[in-house]
Amino acid sequence: MIFLKLFFSFFKTGLFAIGGGMATIPFLYEMADTTGWFTRDDLANMIAVSESTPGPIGVNMATYVGFITGSKVAGIPTAIIGAVTATLGLITPAVIIILVVASFLKNFRDNKQLNNAFYGLRPASTGLIAAAGISVAVTVLFPEAFSLAAFNFKGAVLAVILLALTNVKQLKKLHPIVFIAASAAAGVIFKM
Amino acid sequence: MNVIKIYLKLFATFAKIGAMTFGGGYAMLPILQREIVEKQKWASEEELMDYFAIGQCTPGIIAVNTATFIGQKTKGVLGGISATLGLVFPSLIIISMLAGVIEAFSHIAWVQHAFGGIRVCVCVLIINAVIKLLKKAIIDKFTFVIFVAVAVAAYFTSLSPVIFVIVAAVIGIIIKNIGGKKA
Repeated sequence: MIFLKLFFSFFKTGLFAIGGGMATIPFLYEMADTTGWFTRDDLANMIAVSESTPGPIGVNMATYVGFITGSKVAGIPTAIIGAVTATLGLITPAVIIILVVASFLKNFRDNKQLNNAFYGLRPASTGLIAAAGISVAVTVLFPEAFSLAAFNFKGAVLAVILLALTNVKQLKKLHPIVFIAASAAAGVIFKM
Repeated sequence: MNVIKIYLKLFATFAKIGAMTFGGGYAMLPILQREIVEKQKWASEEELMDYFAIGQCTPGIIAVNTATFIGQKTKGVLGGISATLGLVFPSLIIISMLAGVIEAFSHIAWVQHAFGGIRVCVCVLIINAVIKLLKKAIIDKFTFVIFVAVAVAAYFTSLSPVIFVIVAAVIGIIIKNIGGKKA
């Protein structure tokens, strides 16, 4: 039953993704490799769409993955079931945990062992995102094979330009959607 | 005001917040301040910051955690669920429509070129996110070692991220407790 599997895959993501939307990427990456519901290329597209539309990134990505996965069963109706299933899967652990935490708030925030756990969790979560980022970068820069002949030269040039622009002080505050739109235009013009 | 009306109000308010937030997390904070503290008066400024801090240090999406917390504090368990469903509602509608449209046009050459450019941008956005997170996460040599070890191991093995998260939490507790005894 694909919808049950979808629910539990996102339940797991919601339970272990710590530190915001980007933290779900390593889990989606694992999902792409182990389930075959979508490809690594699809995933990069989903991240871009999720960043450029309203709503929390993590929620948007869950909806997107659920929609695409469901659409392969029997078109639009199952796509919508998939979108709802994945999204509910993602938020269920958070809702349960928060409702429990909310009942004994004070003990929770000042809990020393919890803060100690986060001392290890923060760098680990960042490490996971970095590894996923490198994987995305490798698929983008070497789309066909890991060789010099297959190197995406136009992509590399665009990446360097974007890295520079997004770290200029005056442009840093601009919404990512600006850079995504500009990259789409560059992609069309230079046939990337 | 009758009870159902309050649940609907929570749903509608968080649906509005979901529809107005691009990116989630910190991008949501100013909108939460306006809607929750100033307009609805469901929480004070200090309470909101507390809820947000808890949302950050519990598993799951920060925006979802914060919505559940505010809903729960306002009208109990059902309040928490109403607020959370409200928050994800716009995403469900907008993304489902967009995903359908993108799928339908994805075979067109210039759409593929556009996504070719966009994928490059996504890499850069992830790199920038990592740099930003690193500033908070790496505070000494232990946290640096954890970051490098996890990044390398996650890239070269196919171990589930779940394992890294659990091990890192345990290591954090062990290091901090040993260090605490020394000091």
